[in-house]
Amino acid sequence: MRKAELIMALVMLVFSVYLMWKSAELPIGWIPEEGPGGGAFSFWLGAGMVICCITIIVRWAKRQSPPSQSDEPFMDREAMTLFFVISGSLAAMIGGIHVVGVYFSVPIFMAFYMRYLGRHSWKLIAAISVVTPIVTFFFFEIALLKTLPKGITEPLFYPLYDIFL
Amino acid sequence: MEVLGLLSDGFLIAFEPLNLGLVIFGAAVGLFIGAMPGLGSVNGVAILLPMTFLVPPTSAVIFLGAIYYGAMYGGAISSIMLGIPGASTAVATTFDGRPMALKGEADKALVAAALASFVGGTISIILFTAFAPPLAEVALAFGPPEEFALMILAFATFVGLGGDDIPKTMFSIFIGLVLSAVGFDIVSGEPRLIFFDLTGFSHGINFLVLAIGIYGIGEMLWTVETSRGSVAMSSATVSVKRTMAALKELMGTWKTMLMGSFLGYFVGILPAAGATPGSLMAYGIAKTVAKDPETFGKGNINGVVAPEAANNAASTGSMLPMLTLGIPGSPTTAILLGGMVIWGLEPGPMLFVEHKEFVWGLIASLYAANLFALLINIAFIPAFIAVLRLPFTILAPIIFVLCVVGGYVPTLDMHDVWLMLIFGVVGYLMRKLDYPLAPAVLAIVLGPLAERSMRQSLIGSHGDMMTFFERPISGTIMVIAIILLVMPLIKVIRQRSKGETA
Amino acid sequence: MHKLSTSALSLSLAVGLATGTAMVNSEAKAAKGEWKPKKPIEFVIMAGKGGGADRLARFIQGIIEKNKMSPKPLIPINKGGGSGAEALQYLKSKAGDPHVILATLNSYYTTPLRQPKLGIDIGGYTPIARLAEDTFQLWVHVDTGIKTVKQYAAAVKKAGKKGWKMGGTGKGAEDSLVTAMLMKKIGAAVTYVPYKGGGKVAKELIGKHINSTVNNPAEQVGFWDAGKSRPIASFTPPGAMKGKWGTIPTFEELGYGKDMVYYMQRSIVAPGKIPDAAKDFYVNLFEKVYRSAEWQGYLGKKGLIPGWLTGDKLQDYFLAERAKHAKMLGK
Repeated sequence: MRKAELIMALVMLVFSVYLMWKSAELPIGWIPEEGPGGGAFSFWLGAGMVICCITIIVRWAKRQSPPSQSDEPFMDREAMTLFFVISGSLAAMIGGIHVVGVYFSVPIFMAFYMRYLGRHSWKLIAAISVVTPIVTFFFFEIALLKTLPKGITEPLFYPLYDIFL
Repeated sequence: MEVLGLLSDGFLIAFEPLNLGLVIFGAAVGLFIGAMPGLGSVNGVAILLPMTFLVPPTSAVIFLGAIYYGAMYGGAISSIMLGIPGASTAVATTFDGRPMALKGEADKALVAAALASFVGGTISIILFTAFAPPLAEVALAFGPPEEFALMILAFATFVGLGGDDIPKTMFSIFIGLVLSAVGFDIVSGEPRLIFFDLTGFSHGINFLVLAIGIYGIGEMLWTVETSRGSVAMSSATVSVKRTMAALKELMGTWKTMLMGSFLGYFVGILPAAGATPGSLMAYGIAKTVAKDPETFGKGNINGVVAPEAANNAASTGSMLPMLTLGIPGSPTTAILLGGMVIWGLEPGPMLFVEHKEFVWGLIASLYAANLFALLINIAFIPAFIAVLRLPFTILAPIIFVLCVVGGYVPTLDMHDVWLMLIFGVVGYLMRKLDYPLAPAVLAIVLGPLAERSMRQSLIGSHGDMMTFFERPISGTIMVIAIILLVMPLIKVIRQRSKGETA
Repeated sequence: MHKLSTSALSLSLAVGLATGTAMVNSEAKAAKGEWKPKKPIEFVIMAGKGGGADRLARFIQGIIEKNKMSPKPLIPINKGGGSGAEALQYLKSKAGDPHVILATLNSYYTTPLRQPKLGIDIGGYTPIARLAEDTFQLWVHVDTGIKTVKQYAAAVKKAGKKGWKMGGTGKGAEDSLVTAMLMKKIGAAVTYVPYKGGGKVAKELIGKHINSTVNNPAEQVGFWDAGKSRPIASFTPPGAMKGKWGTIPTFEELGYGKDMVYYMQRSIVAPGKIPDAAKDFYVNLFEKVYRSAEWQGYLGKKGLIPGWLTGDKLQDYFLAERAKHAKMLGK
């Protein structure tokens, strides 16, 4: 926990400095007759973030915040595995949407999740991961007219549009 | 009592079979759209706009008004059930609604939200009926300095929200404000904070992307970790007996409901503000005046009642500048306005004179929409509770998919979905380290409003900060805001000096 | 019941998949003949929700929907980021995609000029049709008592740059160009305050937070009718506007010269390299919109000038306007 708090504060410190540097692309000072320049708002708030990060690090050194007093691990092995599996599979699903589209990427993700973490029967998994995209299609694309990305599978949906729209 | 005569004419219009049917249908559709994360009243109204060409204009706007109302009720559902605010107006509802659901009191929270919405809606429509034209003048008096003062007040009422770790709370507010600055500088029109020159940043960071990331993906990761991924969800139950008991408890919150309703309505009238600051301020005030402020955020029923009464009241309020001035107070009313133009109804000062039957038909149907939204909402509570009883390993992937689709739909841009995933993961890690995240979400909503109104004021006053204090309305609001900001500080100092003398 | 409908849906999906492959094959053959959209058409709006351009685009979508002019629906999407830079870049990335069209306004030329880094050449897009030209008038609150341009010029000069606030929608926006043109003409200076959208600007004028505005008729007509605001003069050539709008004097009539004219074009464009048949489909579609009673009625009521233009003539118009704006922006 102690290490994690320091690392997070340092990462955020670097990010804040980056934000300040990026904001400085626009005027950050006070323009006479106009008030603050275009980058001032984000620049000075970034400066505020830097101060907060430094304070957090100082408090960490003095062991004033609860995480800095804790000897518990930030994440134990099991939590770590769960975290990486879930966020990794989410990233894979979102990446998959670019290629094969929502309607193929989503069922694969759902099947993986339910089987790997839930150990549900294949029958149930098949039912849910087929019904969800179908409901999604009719709710979003037909009822609400919001087209979702389909990647290379798009031509498969033309006939459905012809029927329902 | 000309108003009453006009209103009863309006009721005759609202209760024509076609219109009444549309009210019921609209309220039900709105409820479901509002309950989806990522979809709010804007989407509901925009998407169903073309459907209204099948019916006469008055019926059409009644239908859209009913969807609007239904969606406002629905927003609370995903806040309470999933912990994901479906729209910015429902952020404050998650603060206590979610803890209640986790305690197994989801049904009570839902009943509270529905009833508070009903009270807020009803009070605001009565206010609307009685004082529409004079209040339009109030909206006109609000220029940039007043808008800025109001934003400061919204922040001030919310100071107590963060945790005990002050630097982390401040960090959260700051990062939310900086993220809200991404996109383009409104004054010079120059691109600002476009990270790595990705075009996806040029439309700014949508509030929903951060909210769904933190409350959707982040919250799910949190729940998975604490439950080790397998346990069944909460022990949610519902019964007539429990509902009656909940209603009885709600009687005790009438003061909060009234406060939320009046506050929400008046903030809603102001063109720039709308329902979000209204609901946040209502929550902040409910917490400040409560006898037991420490229970807020842990499942206090008043914490659900205040923002829900306020956001429904504000949605009625925001119709006022739209109808009387032609100025939409929220994106939803902007689309309603677009619809009215298509039907040949010109919103603006002449509408109340030239299209009396339309205006009063709409107002009367709002009474009806409010009532039906309440009934439909309560009728569906058992269904929502049933969803919560699903095994978590089935519910979780469905919610993840909802988050992904919900993050995509507002802008139709995959860039936002990736951003949402990053916010979710980083937010989860920060939450583990006691960083409060709600202030960041609020800051990203209020940030652009605050920055724009501040810079407009300063351009107008040629860089003179005194403009915020010299004008009577903005000066008054500013002083109240500063007092609210300083109050907690004084409390701390007093406690310390007491501690020393004792 | 639930089970039944799901199995029906999955069946239809399966059938869809099978016929889909067949459709892809036949697509090549049909390309020569009449083109029809195969999926909903993305109707990109290069401005945010609620503004004048957005309302107009949704109005057009409404006309198409109401009269069932298109076999597949148009789906409005706002990509207003960076004065439309976001929309223009999106259109560029969609080259060759016939299911995207863009509703434009003058930021179609000003945005690429002001942000050369974007690398956008509007000459590369496919022009579809110009539906109208919107106009601008100079507006004041009736309580100012100002009725003529002369009185206006005197009042502005008396108040000075510090004392006179002109509302608009942002530096480099259309109204700021018109403001600059006007101030050069009358030899005065004002403080220009940017707001989000022309509707907000109009409201600020009525609330007396600013002293004057350059608004489109649609944004001010309600307040004019209610006797709250007053048009001083119109930035149009004499006789271009009809009805009650014709009663507003033009700057040219008042002797301020022929150059005091500025229009906001309302056009539709498509990405570059789309099939000719698709282009024909859209030209046809928008011609129907243009001829509809709803559109013609709207033009008259909102003081827009009809101006159907398509094909090469429209492209020439765009390029000429771009050159004109390059000069106005001093680039």
